[in-house]
Amino acid sequence: MRYTVKKLTAFLFTMVVVSLLTFIAFDLISGDPAQAMLGTEATPEKLAALREQLGLNQPLLVRYGQWLAGFFTGNLGTSYNYNLPVGQLIAPKLGLTLCLSFLAFALTVIVSIPLSMWSARRAGGRADALFTALNQFFMAVPPFFTGLLFTWVFSLTLGWFVHGKFPGFDQDVPGSLWYLLFPAMALALPRIAMTVRMLRSTILSEMNKDYVRTAISRGNDWNMVLRRHVLKNSLVPVVTFLAQTMAEIVAGSIVVEQVFAVPGLGRLLMASISNRDYPVVQVIVVILALWVVLAGTLADVINRRIDPRLNLGGDAQ
Amino acid sequence: MKKRIFAAALAAAMLCAVLSGCSGSSSSSAAASSASESAAPQANEITVGIAQDLDESLDPHVAVAAGTKEVMFNVFEGLMKPTSDGDLTPAIAESYTLSDDQKTYTFTLRQGVKFHNGETVTADDVVYSIQRCADDTNGEPLVSAFKAIESVEKVDDQTVAITLKAPDNEFLAYLTTAILPADYDQQDTAPVGTGPFKFVSRTAQDSIVLEKFDEYWGTPAQLDKVTFKIIENADSLVLSLQSGAIDLCAHLNSTQVAQLDQSQFNVLEGTMNLVQAMYLNNAVAPFDDVRVRQALSYAVDKQQIMDMIADGHGAAIGSSMYPAFGKYFVPELTDYYTQNIEKAKELLTEAGYPNGFDMTITVPSNYQPHMDTAQVLVEQLKAIGVNATIQPVEWASWLSDVYTGRQYQATVVGVDASNMTARALLERFTSTASNNFINYNDPEYDALFAQAQTTADDAEQTALYKQMETRLTENAANVYIQDLADLVALRSNLDGLNFYPIYVLDLSTVHYVQ
Amino acid sequence: MKKRMNRSPYLTAGLILTGVMAALILLGFFWTPYDPTAISGSAKFSAPSFAHLMGTDNFGRDIFSRVLKGAGTTAVIALSTVLLGGGVGVLVGALTGYFGGIVDEVLMRLNDALNAFPSVLLALVIVSVLGSGKYNVIIALAIVFVPSFARVSRTAFAALRDANYVKSARLMGASPLRILAVQILPNTLHVLLPAFTIGFNNAVLAEASMSYLGIGVKPPDASLGYMLSESQSMLSAAPWYALCTGMTIVLLIFGVGLIGEGMNRQNKGVG
Repeated sequence: MRYTVKKLTAFLFTMVVVSLLTFIAFDLISGDPAQAMLGTEATPEKLAALREQLGLNQPLLVRYGQWLAGFFTGNLGTSYNYNLPVGQLIAPKLGLTLCLSFLAFALTVIVSIPLSMWSARRAGGRADALFTALNQFFMAVPPFFTGLLFTWVFSLTLGWFVHGKFPGFDQDVPGSLWYLLFPAMALALPRIAMTVRMLRSTILSEMNKDYVRTAISRGNDWNMVLRRHVLKNSLVPVVTFLAQTMAEIVAGSIVVEQVFAVPGLGRLLMASISNRDYPVVQVIVVILALWVVLAGTLADVINRRIDPRLNLGGDAQ
Repeated sequence: MKKRIFAAALAAAMLCAVLSGCSGSSSSSAAASSASESAAPQANEITVGIAQDLDESLDPHVAVAAGTKEVMFNVFEGLMKPTSDGDLTPAIAESYTLSDDQKTYTFTLRQGVKFHNGETVTADDVVYSIQRCADDTNGEPLVSAFKAIESVEKVDDQTVAITLKAPDNEFLAYLTTAILPADYDQQDTAPVGTGPFKFVSRTAQDSIVLEKFDEYWGTPAQLDKVTFKIIENADSLVLSLQSGAIDLCAHLNSTQVAQLDQSQFNVLEGTMNLVQAMYLNNAVAPFDDVRVRQALSYAVDKQQIMDMIADGHGAAIGSSMYPAFGKYFVPELTDYYTQNIEKAKELLTEAGYPNGFDMTITVPSNYQPHMDTAQVLVEQLKAIGVNATIQPVEWASWLSDVYTGRQYQATVVGVDASNMTARALLERFTSTASNNFINYNDPEYDALFAQAQTTADDAEQTALYKQMETRLTENAANVYIQDLADLVALRSNLDGLNFYPIYVLDLSTVHYVQ
Repeated sequence: MKKRMNRSPYLTAGLILTGVMAALILLGFFWTPYDPTAISGSAKFSAPSFAHLMGTDNFGRDIFSRVLKGAGTTAVIALSTVLLGGGVGVLVGALTGYFGGIVDEVLMRLNDALNAFPSVLLALVIVSVLGSGKYNVIIALAIVFVPSFARVSRTAFAALRDANYVKSARLMGASPLRILAVQILPNTLHVLLPAFTIGFNNAVLAEASMSYLGIGVKPPDASLGYMLSESQSMLSAAPWYALCTGMTIVLLIFGVGLIGEGMNRQNKGVG
């Protein structure tokens, strides 16, 4: 119980810090919503009038307080650009981006674990050298570039999906998931490479430990030892690493959404920042932050379950 | 035990969040559409790729972005309407007469013109629309040229009379302002007009859907439906053309066009209809000295710029006017300054900068053609000893710092005309204009402009405007470069796209050829 | 204790590769075959040849010269990011990991918040406020990278907080700073240094993404990431542009990555 309360307060703290930082950020950037909305029709009088109307002249903390109060009562604000409630604007895109990052994450986990076990088995051999080389290669290619290559190969050449024609979850769920698979792969590729490298490294450390040598010398099957003991113990640092990976995947999804023309949160975020559409940016930033923190907390919890000896947060058991 | 539950709950929460989004917000989630558009017989609809969302109010009286107006041109009409040749033709009005004192226009409305919501257009709607745009109780009216209006009156249900304070040759061109239903207040999110297409939906940062309006008064549109897909990434735009996701895309550059399969696409070339120049802040040293500005103009090779950034496509210009405006364009001004490094250096020395100087060119980073042009300019200016650095800024920052704040030395940008009048391009350089972002201050220019506003004779007015352009060139107010080429790619089974001398995308004439 | 084997061949390979890249980059600072910004209409899109080792781009600029300069920019950005962000992060992690308590709680929560903040927005703000240009990109990325270094460092320092030799140093009255720097730090290097190499890798990729989104280094300043994103639109006209730039990025990261890999293997006692 104490743990849950603690985590909840951590959530709130993070949310407050992140949203306050965003508010401050906008105060620092030049150009404000009034300017962006009036564009080249702006005159000093029109700007002043619009700023007054939007409440931009109030001090920072007042505006932040208002936003915070609104947020907790369910009022997420109204987009300056689209004149729609932010919640309505974001809803279809939220699921999309979360889906995309989840897919990429799942791919990373599903591919990395067996791959790293396989690679750890063959440590020191010729296959290992080749594998390492390939691994390093994939770590070095930026997702936007792999995205382009995937489009060339899978869309233009093989015709497995139509680039630019995302069906949308309200039209075609399986088709949309299939389409998302490609940006998810582009996202996952460097992450898989990094995770394999890390996991392999920790597996090898574990394998050197005495209890493993004992188990093997007693005649236990390699694979069983690997899976039952070594993997479990190697996972601890990797789970933390994977939580961090989720954060990076979310950040990377912004780029990949542009490459594949997927109407997700990332593109809306970029456009809203450009247009200084503060209400939309605020909510998106908080949502993305929460998702990352959620992933981190889940990792924490999983770690404790795997290894109760671990004392990461200074908690008493 | 508790931790297990906690972990499970967390995982479930994450999964729920993901799945709820995945299953979509609409109720008809399982109703899989007969999606295969490629297998079914060709539907009479197209998808157009656009690089920017219409992320502002869709109300035509309020919208400011060129991209918004370009698309919404298909939805709204005014009393008059531009043609692709640059003329004006009556639209909602059937005809008009001009009083003898040339101050009152009396419009007879066409019978039975319908709004997209089914209502018929009446004089009340016209009066409402014009008055809304002329209303100056809050400062500048929505259409600043409407300051010239003395009164708007409904004569009867089919007739409206607009009286001006003084005769104005160009007034008619401003009557392309959209006519909106008087009792409708949701124009900003669900616009209603009278054009050949009606607005169906807008999905933020995704698409805009227009459908053919069956009760259009004029020649109906040939397509049933147009979907505008927003693809801000330049490479994705090309890939989407290649994959078949979009059928038409305008404002492409030559590198993009080069990647398209010639057998699948026709590439049409028009002009963007804007004045691209290195605009100089005339109020800031050393650009306050006309010799320095002229030196810069002599240093530049316009053809090389066009070769470098657009494979030679584009039309060189010499003043704030583009060739499509044949009536006002002065061709001789284009070559007023041809590249002459010696002359340039001479002028610089005269002005007190024998060894050149350093300068900053602020460029809006979202416009690749301007960024590219700036890079070429930097190289060209090196030859006369001017050391220029490019400072890329976001559009919102450009608007606030350069356009409104006028805190800059030089900038490369394209200025367009919102309607087909010379005034739209030239008024901004009068010393008191609120959008005179280059701080141009020339009493003779101001005098010419004032004269042009009062004269009723079209020929005289045209001559005056031409004189104004000449002054801009002689004074080297800016380093004029070109009117950018507008490359449009359309699938080879589409035809009927016409170019206009203003920034619009008219889809009513586009159709499939068999 | 760990057996010290012969130097891992990976480490050797990594050092050699990185050394070669560094030498080329250093050369690029002083001399390039052509002026990287000199445009030439006649030489547009020419394929690799003796005159232009890597061909030319859409402005007729020599790609090899640009790659040399770009590699330098990318390396400087990535290195500075990792040193700055990593330095601050390790320091923060060391302090919180060793001392624990309320300081630990607060700093770690702040760390989480910073980590959760979308890096794109953070970078955008910093670039917007400070202007574009590589130094501001470095600051932006360094701040983004602090949290992950802090976390790794914290775990490492916390684990050794109660080691025997640390306890005895404390009993002998050594100051905390001395303990951190002299006793603990050297024993965390086997975790921290590989983290630095991964950080380098991530920094190169992050800078490339920033360039792609238009908030990274801007022309005429060119980084490899910027050039790679630019090359995409010319893939059919000039595929060598993407190829050469991409290969350079790979080699750069490969070299540093091999060093990290080699260090890891040496520590594990595996060849």
